[in-house]
Amino acid sequence: MSRSTTAIPFRVNTARAVCDASLRQAMDYSTRTFSAKRAEGTAQVPLEEWRERASAIRMQVLDNLADYVDRFSANATRAGAVVHRAKDAQIARDTVAAILKDRGIKMVVKAKSMVTEEIHLNKRLEEIGIEPVETDLGEYIVQIAGETPSHILAPAIHKSRKDIGRLFADKLGIEYTDDPEVLTKVARRVLREKFLAAKAGITGANFAIADTGSLVIFTNEGNGRMVTTLPRLHVAVLSVEKVIPSLADLSTFVRLLPRSASGQILSSYLSVITGTRKQGETTGAREIHIVLVDNGRSEIVKGEFREILKCIRCSACMNVCPVYKVIGGHAYGCTYPGPMGIVLTAVLEGMERAHPLQDATTFCGACVEVCPVKVPLSKLLRRLRERRAEQRLTPLVERLAMFGFGTVTQSPALFGLGQRMSWSVWPLLKDFSRSKLFVRLPRPARKTFKRSMS
Amino acid sequence: MRVLLFATCLVDTFYPDTGEATVRLLRHFGVETAFPKRQTCCGKPADSAGYPEQVKKAARHFLSTFEGTDPIVIPSGSCASMVKNHYPELFKDDPDMIRKAQGVADRTFELTQFLVHRLQADKAGLKGSGKVTYHSSCQLMRELGVRDEPIMLLKSLAGAEFVPLPNSTQCCGFGGVFMGKLPEVSMALADEKAEAIIGTGAHVVTGCDHGCLMNIADAMKRRGSSIEVKHIAQVLAEGV
Repeated sequence: MSRSTTAIPFRVNTARAVCDASLRQAMDYSTRTFSAKRAEGTAQVPLEEWRERASAIRMQVLDNLADYVDRFSANATRAGAVVHRAKDAQIARDTVAAILKDRGIKMVVKAKSMVTEEIHLNKRLEEIGIEPVETDLGEYIVQIAGETPSHILAPAIHKSRKDIGRLFADKLGIEYTDDPEVLTKVARRVLREKFLAAKAGITGANFAIADTGSLVIFTNEGNGRMVTTLPRLHVAVLSVEKVIPSLADLSTFVRLLPRSASGQILSSYLSVITGTRKQGETTGAREIHIVLVDNGRSEIVKGEFREILKCIRCSACMNVCPVYKVIGGHAYGCTYPGPMGIVLTAVLEGMERAHPLQDATTFCGACVEVCPVKVPLSKLLRRLRERRAEQRLTPLVERLAMFGFGTVTQSPALFGLGQRMSWSVWPLLKDFSRSKLFVRLPRPARKTFKRSMS
Repeated sequence: MRVLLFATCLVDTFYPDTGEATVRLLRHFGVETAFPKRQTCCGKPADSAGYPEQVKKAARHFLSTFEGTDPIVIPSGSCASMVKNHYPELFKDDPDMIRKAQGVADRTFELTQFLVHRLQADKAGLKGSGKVTYHSSCQLMRELGVRDEPIMLLKSLAGAEFVPLPNSTQCCGFGGVFMGKLPEVSMALADEKAEAIIGTGAHVVTGCDHGCLMNIADAMKRRGSSIEVKHIAQVLAEGV
């Protein structure tokens, strides 16, 4: 695994993000809408029962991950796919690049896939002269803007209609408009030509069925179906923990995923792809390659943060997260933002790089409440902060202050002394401290409650 | 009935009036309040910052200070949740301490929980005045499950009008150490909260946690708002 040890400059990113009025407005509107729709879509269903079941299925997979992945591989192979195992991001990139290069492919259409973002696939393809074309509208927008997705489901959530209008005018040479319908039509026209010309399609997968070797893809725009049926070659890139045991188990996730993501009862398209096109079939790729990306997961699944691998990428946690809502996804400076992203980034990219993100929680618990597979996000986030302190990634002054705090809480005399002193030194702290904290706190009372009780 | 009051370090240090209001309120319902003098802090700041060894020091001190059989009343959702939910978890490798922590946890109540479930204070016809709105603190709501109790109490106030706060379950941006770690984000969230409060036209905004209220009060002050920010104990005690 390639690991950078440079810490993400998170504090700086957040300070900048909160001043971006247009970002704040776009984020506020979109996250509110998603959350409201989710609340509506989950109100009339036995949600708790479904979450319990979904969580149990995901745990069952994690407890036997290697077995389920083997079963999926064997059954996918039997159905006609070629299965590749990629231990890390580099091998995954190289595998996909080689498949396309060997077949002389110059342009490839892509459906939205976060794991291809995780392994930085597009950059690698461009390096070897293959043009990747994102066909999910949001993903297309961020691609032509030269950006990365800021949300795992709605990649361009940080952009307003006006931003997109200006972008299309600039990059596609159309007259400026911020009418979403016109903009969508423009993108469709451009992409339609790409679909028809492409000799290969790349997708991720929302789930992989161990019993049948099937790939399951949820989309709303139909682009996923075109990517997997129009070109003769389909390359599916997915991380190993996407496996679930059977099609029967899928029914639980069909109920939960679209509802948790956008409140929809079902996404507009749901594709279940089992192997290559068979004799007598009229659609489907003639050649399917499945790249199973491990990238640290077979180690993560043994560790104390394993439950983050239950995540089904619905994005409900980020939609309700107060911090995400205010700063947007780019401030996190990594592939996966929001509460699930903080945990996943720590285990995928390492603590040295990811630890600043661990400040991004108020422990409000909103994410825990909505997670469809019951990832105990607050518990994992707290544990990450503990790990960060254990590894001495927190400032020395904080560690000393916390030691002092612990000591003082054991001693009523010291505690009382601290209270009296805080009253006296407060004006000084307020004037001379560089921290904004002291300006925001009131001055301690001259007489504590304890003294008034004696 | 007798209860042990844990005032919390914030009330003890910054807001003694809330402590006094709590005592007055409980006395009104015939409850005698004992105040264990050795009390300090529940350890919450170290818990959210990720220093469990330091939390254990605070927790051990708390557990020995609050021994006995009387109910423990705490005018704070996050501190009550610390004692009820986090202490037993903290000592998960030490059976003796778990037993002790669980015993204390079972006797612990957040103030409005105690007022509604033990004292039926929402049916006592307390008096109030003006328009009052309410911010739901996160841990009170999601860790303790106290969602309706404060609202039941506020709605019961004769002479006061309860106005709901739009988006009241969104975090105010306090988050303990969070306020110091990401101050710009904390302030942005507090500003959103303040705008929502001002939009209700209330005279008073109240809540069950002085941490959140302190953060909200700061945002209100920056706006030059005349809306009072008061702990629910103060709002309720005015009518006794």
